[in-house]
Amino acid sequence: MAEFDLRAIAEPVDPIGLKAVGLVSVAALVLAAPFLASEYWINAIIVPFLILSLSGLGLNLVTGYAGQLSLGAGAFMMVGAYATFALQLRVPELPLPLALIAAGLISGVVGPVFGLPSTRIKGFYLIVSTLAAQFFFEWLFLKFPWFYNGNSSATIALSRGLSFFGLNANGAHGRDYLTLGIVALLTWLSFNLIRSQTGRNWMAIRDMDTAAAVIGVPVLRAKLQAFAVSSFILGIAGALWALAYLGSASVQSFGLHRSYQILFIIIIGGLGTIRGAYLGAAFVSLLPLALDWLFQYLFSGQVDAGLLQNIEKAIFGILIIWFLIREPEGLSRLLALRRTAAVAFFLRNPFLHFLKQEPEP
Amino acid sequence: MKKISRTLIAVASLALLAGKAHAVDTTPGSDSDKQFFPIASYRVGPYAASGTSIWAGIIDYYRYINEVEGGINGVPIVWQECETEWTAEKGIECYERFKRGLNGAPVASYLPNGAPAAYALSDRAPKDKLPLVTMAYGRTEATDGRVFPYIFPVMVTFYSEASALVNYIAEREGGFDKLRGKKIATVYHDSAYGRETLDPLALFAEKYGFENIQIPVPDPGSEQSAQWRQVREQKPDWVFLRTWGVSTPVAVKSAQRFGFPADRIIGDVWASSEEDVIPSGDAAKGYLALTPYPAGTDFEIHKRLKQHILDAGKSDLRDPKAFGSVYYNSGLVNALISVEVVRQAQAKFGNRPITGEEGQWALEHLKLNDAALEKAGFLGLVQNLQLTPADHEGGGAVRVQQWDGSRWNLISDWVQADRESLRPLIDAKSAAYAKEHGITPRDVGTN
Repeated sequence: MAEFDLRAIAEPVDPIGLKAVGLVSVAALVLAAPFLASEYWINAIIVPFLILSLSGLGLNLVTGYAGQLSLGAGAFMMVGAYATFALQLRVPELPLPLALIAAGLISGVVGPVFGLPSTRIKGFYLIVSTLAAQFFFEWLFLKFPWFYNGNSSATIALSRGLSFFGLNANGAHGRDYLTLGIVALLTWLSFNLIRSQTGRNWMAIRDMDTAAAVIGVPVLRAKLQAFAVSSFILGIAGALWALAYLGSASVQSFGLHRSYQILFIIIIGGLGTIRGAYLGAAFVSLLPLALDWLFQYLFSGQVDAGLLQNIEKAIFGILIIWFLIREPEGLSRLLALRRTAAVAFFLRNPFLHFLKQEPEP
Repeated sequence: MKKISRTLIAVASLALLAGKAHAVDTTPGSDSDKQFFPIASYRVGPYAASGTSIWAGIIDYYRYINEVEGGINGVPIVWQECETEWTAEKGIECYERFKRGLNGAPVASYLPNGAPAAYALSDRAPKDKLPLVTMAYGRTEATDGRVFPYIFPVMVTFYSEASALVNYIAEREGGFDKLRGKKIATVYHDSAYGRETLDPLALFAEKYGFENIQIPVPDPGSEQSAQWRQVREQKPDWVFLRTWGVSTPVAVKSAQRFGFPADRIIGDVWASSEEDVIPSGDAAKGYLALTPYPAGTDFEIHKRLKQHILDAGKSDLRDPKAFGSVYYNSGLVNALISVEVVRQAQAKFGNRPITGEEGQWALEHLKLNDAALEKAGFLGLVQNLQLTPADHEGGGAVRVQQWDGSRWNLISDWVQADRESLRPLIDAKSAAYAKEHGITPRDVGTN
């Protein structure tokens, strides 16, 4: 685990209000995206990217911030998805947003149950415990037809689509804004949470749980708290993945490969950072597509299609390894270094002297 | 400077990609006089081995239509592949990439080529007015076109497959009255796919009085001693094998180990390929399998393909031995259906590229009789089809082939399913779906 870096929390040097400008322009771009992008971009790229980022965020809270290794991300997403389905089917009076929150809460209760072993075991041994969650829920949701309402395909789908309070979110824009709203809200909450006492407790435990206990951090409670919050977010992400993105889902949509994918997202993006989840999700979901377009553009029809697909996979793998060698702490760290370099460039450049502010004491 | 130029290159390549991505779904384009056939293929991942021959079959047939027949009534075909890895996620990406056509060439029908993607797309397709064709897989209840206007499980559903199996066994036993007291065991992959035949087999067991034994194999089915011990204890007359992937060769080998004869096992559509029996070695000798697209190279279309495509070195097939294999032929049959849909639509809308909405009409009025099949070169390889707005399956027949240790031999003509008996089951399922999803079934008249 990376050592705790205080600077990551402290405000970075920002002489020209880069941050404010950046935030406003990103927000504007994100809000306008549905009108700029085609339906393909929204349905096949932006929505899954946002949901994967949210899942990465959820896992990052328990693994990146609280230091509890988990391979159960897929399982908690599965719980959220099936809980939303069950609530929408059996309690139709409940509007969708409340059903989502309730599903998140159910998943948030399940998380600590499988996180209980974390009070005694750590690291790889804990992975085994969370793996148990993965296999248990795959079995549970397939074994009992009640969970998928007995339909022969064993898949779940929202019967009334995505609509709530008279709003219809079934179109591409509706899906996009629904996902975006939830992801933004939960990101904001997580951001505040990790800067609160709770988040600091988690980081203390991650860096050295004995020391944390000595200074009075309630280790057991904080660990379970981390599992609860993490699986709450993962549960909502799972519900969105199944119902806002896929449209219909089965347990295969949340198999072990999904857990690995989300773990890779936070490893590549950067453990213990909020934006790492976004960067990692972008890497994992956008890069293969970009490679695919590039290859189609360059070689389509000239090279054997099977060979092309395998080469794409290999290049993607090589890129992962290359990034991790260049910066083992993830894209987030790489970006932070770049930004520091950029700021230094501005400060050093005499022609940009007028931009300079008084250096802080 | 170096850094800046690197950044410039990055921006430029991003812009190029964005431009390319945008170009994909613009409707106007230089290819507006062509018909686009997207191929949602899987060339990597666990099912890649079987996939390769399917895509070769599809591409060879499109190439044949373009180069020998000069397109579909003069409209040339363009195609492009997209990798799905047999997953829902990638399948959706491919669908979204292709649903508006390619450089102006429209899509008439979409083949998701995989159950997860087919399920995930089932509520997108009606919104986009693009018909989905799922041959020998997917939702059985989509046969009811009143509830599922844009989904077409053409040729044979799992229900029809079960019914055809019973009819074939009756044929072998010498009549339906001989079925009484017989034991038919179904060894099935315990998944949505495997469980699909529980209802129809229960129905026919009651109707004909045979004993219906159901033995589930948990995924992935790489160890089946318990199941085949049970088979040995129950001594069934026939075993219907509804496994797939690795579970098929394991089943065939376990059957041999427990002394159950291979020529009393009948594999289903997804346990009927060379890839299923070759790994079983000698144990598979005599194994029976039912399929809507039998193996073989003696059909007319194979002669034409051999002459114009294979011998001309234009085939997409890397292993020439796979020519005429079950999967290669399934590719041909899938390609035939997508081409015939366009032809059918052209008869009504004119000889020009066909859109999804027109493709939906054509699928609902698709008719392939012996004359049409003979003209296309598919007589014997494809059954007669007649789809209607209320019936999206339109066929319901399979042929039975037997593995002799080195190749498949056809041992039956088309065995027709008893679709009248199945229809009430299907209607009940589709009505339940319509109720759950608040769909009012279309009124399609009396057909």
